[in-house]
Amino acid sequence: MQLFNCHFCGPRDQSEYTYLREAAAIPGLEAGTADWQQFVYERENPCGAHTEWWQHNHGCRQILQIVRDTRTHTVLDIRPARPTGTSS
Amino acid sequence: MSAAYSFRLPTGGRIMRDQPLDFRFDGKSYQGLVGDTLASALLANGVTLIGRSFKYHRRRGIYSAGPEEPNALVQLHQGARTEPNTRATMVELVAGMQVDSQNRWPTLAFDWRSINQAFSRMMPSGFYYKTFMWPPKFWMFYESQIRKAAGLGLSPRLSDPDHYAIEFAHCDVLVAGGGPAGLSAALAAARSGVRVVLADERAEIGGSLLWERKDINGHSSSLWAEQAIAELASMRNVRLLPRSTVFGVYDHNLIAIAERVTDHLAEAAPGIPRQRLIQLRARRVVVATGSIERPLVFADNDKPGVMLASAVRTYANQYAVLPGRRVAVFTNNDDAYRSAIDAHSAGALEVTVIDTRASVDASLIARLMQAGINHHFDAWIGAVGGKSVESVDILRRDGTRIARIACDLLASSGGWSPTVHLYSQAGGKLRFDEKIAAFVPNTISAAITAVGAAYGEFSLAGALLQGHAAGAEAAKLSGGTVPVTIGAAPSCEPETIGRIEPVWQSPREVSRGKQFVDIQDDVTVDDIELAYRENFRSVEHLKRYTTLGMGTDQGKTSNVNGLAIMASLRGESIPVVGTTTYRAPYTPVALGLFAGTETGKHHTPVRRTALHAWHLENGGTMTTVGHWMRPKVFQGKGESFDAAWRRESLAVRNAVGLADVGTLGKIDIQGPDALEFLQRVYCNNFANLAVGRLRYGLMLREDGIVMDDGTVARLSEQHYLVTTTTVSAGKVMNHFEWLLQTAWPELKCHVVSVTEQFAQFALAGPNSRKVLAALLPHCDVSDNALPHLGLIETTINGQALWIYRMSFSGERAYEIAIGAGFGESLWMRLLECGEPLGITPYGIEAMGVLRIEKGHVAGGELDGRTTAADLGLGKLVRKSGGFVGAALGQRSFLLDAQRPTLVGLVPINPNEAIRCGSQLIGSDVTVPAGAVVPKQGFVSSATPSAFLGHAIALAFLENGALRHGQELIAASPISNESTRVRVVSPVFLDPDNSRLKG
Repeated sequence: MQLFNCHFCGPRDQSEYTYLREAAAIPGLEAGTADWQQFVYERENPCGAHTEWWQHNHGCRQILQIVRDTRTHTVLDIRPARPTGTSS
Repeated sequence: MSAAYSFRLPTGGRIMRDQPLDFRFDGKSYQGLVGDTLASALLANGVTLIGRSFKYHRRRGIYSAGPEEPNALVQLHQGARTEPNTRATMVELVAGMQVDSQNRWPTLAFDWRSINQAFSRMMPSGFYYKTFMWPPKFWMFYESQIRKAAGLGLSPRLSDPDHYAIEFAHCDVLVAGGGPAGLSAALAAARSGVRVVLADERAEIGGSLLWERKDINGHSSSLWAEQAIAELASMRNVRLLPRSTVFGVYDHNLIAIAERVTDHLAEAAPGIPRQRLIQLRARRVVVATGSIERPLVFADNDKPGVMLASAVRTYANQYAVLPGRRVAVFTNNDDAYRSAIDAHSAGALEVTVIDTRASVDASLIARLMQAGINHHFDAWIGAVGGKSVESVDILRRDGTRIARIACDLLASSGGWSPTVHLYSQAGGKLRFDEKIAAFVPNTISAAITAVGAAYGEFSLAGALLQGHAAGAEAAKLSGGTVPVTIGAAPSCEPETIGRIEPVWQSPREVSRGKQFVDIQDDVTVDDIELAYRENFRSVEHLKRYTTLGMGTDQGKTSNVNGLAIMASLRGESIPVVGTTTYRAPYTPVALGLFAGTETGKHHTPVRRTALHAWHLENGGTMTTVGHWMRPKVFQGKGESFDAAWRRESLAVRNAVGLADVGTLGKIDIQGPDALEFLQRVYCNNFANLAVGRLRYGLMLREDGIVMDDGTVARLSEQHYLVTTTTVSAGKVMNHFEWLLQTAWPELKCHVVSVTEQFAQFALAGPNSRKVLAALLPHCDVSDNALPHLGLIETTINGQALWIYRMSFSGERAYEIAIGAGFGESLWMRLLECGEPLGITPYGIEAMGVLRIEKGHVAGGELDGRTTAADLGLGKLVRKSGGFVGAALGQRSFLLDAQRPTLVGLVPINPNEAIRCGSQLIGSDVTVPAGAVVPKQGFVSSATPSAFLGHAIALAFLENGALRHGQELIAASPISNESTRVRVVSPVFLDPDNSRLKG
């Protein structure tokens, strides 16, 4: 059971979160099939630092961007997925 | 040995001589003392034959005094509380305890399957794979016979009468193990003020301090242990957990501890859990788990009476039991000399040391001489006489005999292996230390540290110092804020930890019989040699091919010997061969512990609507949809299920029906960018949706496939309420949140789930408007004021009420929403108003029939594979794009005109049914026997229709839109049914919507 330090709630067990996907630039809605194909189906799957999105479902429901070492599960960075200064 | 002789020593030990306990082993009565383990009590009574071995059914006794026990596995208790494969060395003796031996028939002393020993040449490793492969059809027979012979104890056949608890806990420093290093670490950490948990698997904390005869600060080590525990117990920041095994270390220092709360009590107070799983999040972990002695490998080293050297002095010093009178100690190291000296001190008639080394330190020899202990150097054990140990032959390495001595207890020591299990589970790396011939922790991580014997530091002084330093460091790193006054480390005589000369197996010249490596799994040196010859040479292959280390003891005494033998066969060093992976649990754990209180239906949350109680009281046959409880039908007295849904569906078509639709997902969306958000997440257009109107909404996934559908109501300029299907409510909410937080954080728009805040009902049927008018006399509900897809917000008795005019059934219909707490009273009022108009509550069975009649899509059609065009909804999709799924929805295979699209089916013979899931095949297709009939589509929803008087079905058919009127066969190979059907429009009823609007 991993422990993630939620930006809004503090350290919470992994069971409160849901893994969403690898973090990646989301294509604009006007982007073409190739860009969306890349975003939806292609994954880096690195051995080492992996940037990913988790949602704190059973907490604040905010989505966090976590950089995690896939070999050791060490959390290298954790921050809100939304850029700072935006709300909702 | 005769049972009349008591092996209990007249003095000493940590047992209560004035508190006897009666217990039974294999039906026979014995007496032990408070403070005994089951093993020490059996040994005190002279019981040495405890069980039969796994494969060869050889006689086995008690081999150790600790958690590593491979042999003395017993069936504890009877009936529902029976527990197989319990280690006698770890069971506290309880008054009235009933214990049975395992793996023997008919009796322990005469075991029929011990004949396996005679055939052991025919049962090498892998013999199952080689022997039982032919003829192939016989495997089922072989398997049943093998199953009968396999296993040791018996699982309980009754459900567990005990209950278990799970606790979530936190601390700054966890110390695993309460021996010298652990106690020292706990004291240092606790004195600095941080929160400390000390867990020890034994009943009494203290570890080797309780059984080694050493001094600390000038007094016996056990006195120091008692003082340390008393000090810790007096501190508010310390939690002592005896009888608590730290069995797993998981990510980010989540520690799993199995606390045995009542196992040691003859009768537990009611309400107390039998065991407790403590999930402890520790900032720092100090692993002070000690070490486990390795046996020497020689022929017949498994006979009752052979024991680890440390076990001999543990029984003598802690339990006041010397389990033999003539003791031989077979060793390759200095440490086992303690056992010889302690056995002598305990009054053994004769003690003999047999050392494989050519010479030892002169001071050791002097101590032996002083005590009158016989000794032989450069000496090996050959044959072991007797069913249990009666004599041993002492030989030179080349096989020449030195002596045969009478002996009833043979202590063996091949050195010590640090208990690195927890450290390795945490990802810590090991290195092989030649000096002690064992694997030791290599890297020190900040979060988890190994100290004392677990770190390969075998001297008492070293363990105390290391523990002290690690405890103080862990306290500092875990952020202790209280001023540090840790005090001085305890001190004791420095020891010289003597030499060890590694010995992994005995030379063939001296030891001709079976040399057991893994005693629990009956794996011998021959088996390892066989695995090597057959090329199972990596430790992981060796383990799986021979079962080395795969027993309930997980090879605690055998793994290092086994891999060292493989290393020598491979001609490589031990670290090159390496160890297998250490995995949790460290020792066996009861399954009930993981279940905790989550048993039965406890696992799944149950969601109930505001009308739940009413449904139950009024004949509602309930079913689950997602987590929701929903009524399928409301059966009248004596009414069949079938009659009920027919009556309900006809009432909606002919009069008026009322259904609970409160389970639909409801999401409130507000903000200046709410419309822009809706335009992006739905593929159809909302730009021209006026305030006070609602519209069907269709949502696609990123890949262009339909995700969900529902309605979008515009309550005010910047305020929308959308509904989702019952089962997709959570998914859609997550989808919205994800998009708003990652893709479009600039949108000024909030989304909130309000599913449970509202009770919502569907009022449907030609009389529905009259019911509404009766309910709300003050409110204009005419078609002018409330047209199809219009909405009204009003009040009833001061409560806000929303009426959305929409239809799932195809009839004139309204959905009425009110605060959930007022749901039942509004429902009752509607029934009252509708009574003269024939109002009938209907369930989801009738709801399903009604929507199929009207050709509305639902779960069977929104199956995660269909596009809007497949569903006949292609015209809704905005050509301009700009919504999720627009790009990938343009992929050629999704636009293919041949894709299966939604059609309706009716049977050619109106009396025939159509089965859901049937495959659609051509009615005139002829294929050669054995060939596959080409499939053209499948049935996604099917029902008899009471209103239409025949079966109807929705189906997906290749190029279906252009094939209306064709005949096909709907075939169900599963139920062996087939029906001739005609393709029709999916809208079976009222295609021009006159009922909807009329």
